Amino acid sequence: MSHAGTAHLETSTGISNKKLLMWLFLASDCLFFGSFIAAYLLYRDRSIVGPYPEDLFDIPFTSVSAFVLLMSSVSMVLALAAIQKGNVRGLRIWLLTTAVLGTLFVAGQAYEFTEFYHEGLHLDTNLFGTTFYVLTGFHGAHVTIGILILLSLFVYSLRGGIQQKDSENIEIAGLYWHFVDIVWIVIFTLIYLVQP
Amino acid sequence: MSSIAVPRKSPLAEALSNARHAAENRSSIWSWIGTVDHKRIGVLYGISAFIFFVLGGIEALLIRTQLIVPDSEFLNPDQFNRLFTMHGTTMVFLVVMPMSSAFFNLMIPLMIGARDVAFPRLNAFSYWTFLAGAIFLNASFFTGDILNGDLGAPDGGWFGYAPLNLEQYTPGHGMDFWMLGIQILGVASLAGGFNFIVTILNMRAPGMTLFRMPVFVWMTLVTSFLIIFAMPVIAVALFELTFDRLFDANFFNAEAGGNPLLWQHMFWLFGHPEVYILILPAFGIISDIIPTFSRKPLFGYPFVVFSGIAIGFMSWGVWVHHMYTTGLGTIANSAFGISTILIAVPTGVKIFNWMGTLWGGSIRLRAPMMFAIGTVAMFTIGGLSGVTHSMVPSDYQQQDSYYVVAHFHYVLFGGAIFALFGGIYYWFPKFVGRYMNEPLGQVHFWLTLIGFNLTFFPMHVSGLLGMPRRIYTYNSDMGWDLWNLMSSLGAFIIAISVLIFIINFLFSLRRGKEAGADPWDGRTLEWSIPSPPPEYNFREIPTVHARDEFWHQKYKEDETGAVTPVLAGGSGEDEHHEESAHALGIHMPSPSYMPLIVSLGFPFIATGLIYDYALIPVGAALIVIGLYGWAMEPATEEE
Amino acid sequence: MTLADYRKQHGEPLTEEDEHSGGDTHHPSALEYIQIGAILTFVTALEVALYYIDMNYTLLVTMLIVLSLAKFALVVLWFMHLRFDNKLFGILFASGMALTFTVFAVVIAAQHGGLV
Repeated sequence: MSHAGTAHLETSTGISNKKLLMWLFLASDCLFFGSFIAAYLLYRDRSIVGPYPEDLFDIPFTSVSAFVLLMSSVSMVLALAAIQKGNVRGLRIWLLTTAVLGTLFVAGQAYEFTEFYHEGLHLDTNLFGTTFYVLTGFHGAHVTIGILILLSLFVYSLRGGIQQKDSENIEIAGLYWHFVDIVWIVIFTLIYLVQP
Repeated sequence: MSSIAVPRKSPLAEALSNARHAAENRSSIWSWIGTVDHKRIGVLYGISAFIFFVLGGIEALLIRTQLIVPDSEFLNPDQFNRLFTMHGTTMVFLVVMPMSSAFFNLMIPLMIGARDVAFPRLNAFSYWTFLAGAIFLNASFFTGDILNGDLGAPDGGWFGYAPLNLEQYTPGHGMDFWMLGIQILGVASLAGGFNFIVTILNMRAPGMTLFRMPVFVWMTLVTSFLIIFAMPVIAVALFELTFDRLFDANFFNAEAGGNPLLWQHMFWLFGHPEVYILILPAFGIISDIIPTFSRKPLFGYPFVVFSGIAIGFMSWGVWVHHMYTTGLGTIANSAFGISTILIAVPTGVKIFNWMGTLWGGSIRLRAPMMFAIGTVAMFTIGGLSGVTHSMVPSDYQQQDSYYVVAHFHYVLFGGAIFALFGGIYYWFPKFVGRYMNEPLGQVHFWLTLIGFNLTFFPMHVSGLLGMPRRIYTYNSDMGWDLWNLMSSLGAFIIAISVLIFIINFLFSLRRGKEAGADPWDGRTLEWSIPSPPPEYNFREIPTVHARDEFWHQKYKEDETGAVTPVLAGGSGEDEHHEESAHALGIHMPSPSYMPLIVSLGFPFIATGLIYDYALIPVGAALIVIGLYGWAMEPATEEE
Repeated sequence: MTLADYRKQHGEPLTEEDEHSGGDTHHPSALEYIQIGAILTFVTALEVALYYIDMNYTLLVTMLIVLSLAKFALVVLWFMHLRFDNKLFGILFASGMALTFTVFAVVIAAQHGGLV
């Protein structure tokens, strides 16, 4: 069993199994997103018909949603800081905040998808539609799973299930959440801001 | 999740607890279904892999029967396409990979002095997901009109190239089963990869530094890293294909400006590390067998380890050698030609180290050793044909011919399968407490060697004489008749050898000569515990002071290097009555059904995607419920 | 037991990893986290502002990439605690990233060099 703060675990390396597992998973997930981003970049400006990115992207809107996701990383790390000090109430507040911000982000994505769809961009319309929807769709799915995890942890903590000694579980959930955020940092820059 | 004691009062918790208790009777079927014991999971993997080996072998026999004479009409072209697709897919994903997983499971904890893997339930999940994917993939056979010879299986080749793999050119559900089946199998492999990395890094016995680990453990570590980095790439390629086939996306659609060649890049970016995933565990197995049966330590252990790591790194830089003939141009071809030639170097290093181990050793030619030496010899031949492939102009001639088929069978069958058989003979006594029959083992080996070479060596010739791959028949005036005849006869000899192996295996399970803890005078920790091992593996976790720790417990070397037994050294563990974990105060992880429940979700989703979307929420619900159950149940039953 | 403990018990010399294997020792304060959040906000705003400025394309792309890398680094090193954690995590993550960038590089080379 792991204990917050004192990381003297009985593993050969001294680090926790679960934390190591999460980092391995994230390293692996880099390849997953990297491949989709690569496909997007490869096919950028090769769409034969429109709509094209410059027709559809609403940079101010997407900037706000990127900002929201960044702030959710802040609230996530505050949740961790709280429980590491044994502050369960703080944990709950910040966990819920993170989940809400994440939901706002996903809602923003859903709105964006709907807008683009009405403007004529479907999955099968052109290369832009295909690569954009699949890449950001998988990212959105990752965020959604993260929200479910956060809410589950929130509910569990309401029942007293998370104490200072369990802070590692929050840390691990946080790692996943931050990863999803940094993927968006990359996507926001490479796909939205860097345009041909 | 942390194990907060869940109140037992709720009926659901009560039922789950009862179900878990049912699994605790280790002779019940429930104990197998809910097992999280790495040894049992290893057995499950091994048996499943072998069954698929027979299935894949039957597919091969059908292919070879069709090709035994020119202008044969034993199979029609459509059936032929499906059979070679399934043969390749089966052998790669349903045989070599899971058989390697069987050995990871059976051996890694024992070799590092651990009681189990880092995440026992994740381990069980790997197996059940593998089985789900394997059954799903093979279910495709029945989606055609099988009684009238219309097989529904995929028919795009095991590598499913675009644009042939698109709906437009390959309609029907076969490819859908292929792409979704492999996706499911990928999840299983990923889970296993993560688990073994954490296990190897974190759960070694006190004193076992990385350089005191057996080579098999090292190779498993490298393989697991290759898995966790390569599988996402094929997962993405398969998702892209899924979107193209099921939802009209444009990833590989040339009409929309897409590039079908993207598929090949992604497939081989995965595919080349994949072939090292297939061979490195085999290299690890023989790196333990050869020293044992030479009564010498492995020659150049650091070189064998570093070359394995080097192969892992370099395997990412060679993938275009599968694509020389796709018109990428001289610069790309040359660059990858050079990198491919270079990757032969670390493999060559290993071969020399194995030979160095044999040199001057006190060789015992028992069945495991025969297969291990056979591996070295056959892989060398396959490696040499591989070197000829690395030369671009030479490959222009060889690409898509039977020469390639010869090459990869020499490395995959001659390399991986031989080593896996060697491992079975080697470790069978550990898990069964009996030897496999040695004379039958020798017969198996020689028949396999002869049959294998008779099957695949002529393919070098027919390939260079121009016989293309994947053709269902050929004309008599091509000059290929004799070579095909030889190959087909060889295939049937292989089949007979497999039968002999099966007989040996089944016979030895009950009537094999009894073996103790250390039947081969072994060097590594697994031989220090009883055969079969108790549930908890080690009564006391050993402390490791050196490489080949067990050997050093048994023997001391004097000034001349002569080896003398240590009095009362080695295991005192050869007691006849096994104490239970409970009696020894050892808490083993409890059985669980949650991994199986989660695994079941995937084939539901996959089937739903192909036939009826209503199945998708069913699958998703299974996954979610299973995951919550997994998170909430205590990992170890409170006594 | 950890390898560090084994070495201490057996009088073997400790390695550099063993010296630091006491696990994470430093946690940034809540204030520091909020400060980083402020920096992230600022950098994002900067990125968006640059987007609207008429400038040389290569320069724009370079600056945007640099800025996003800065955000990336802040989140990974501080929020994900890599800066204060065992080196092994960093090595693992860096390996995943390195491979990913290789894929990117090949794709970009392909776009310009006609490989795909």
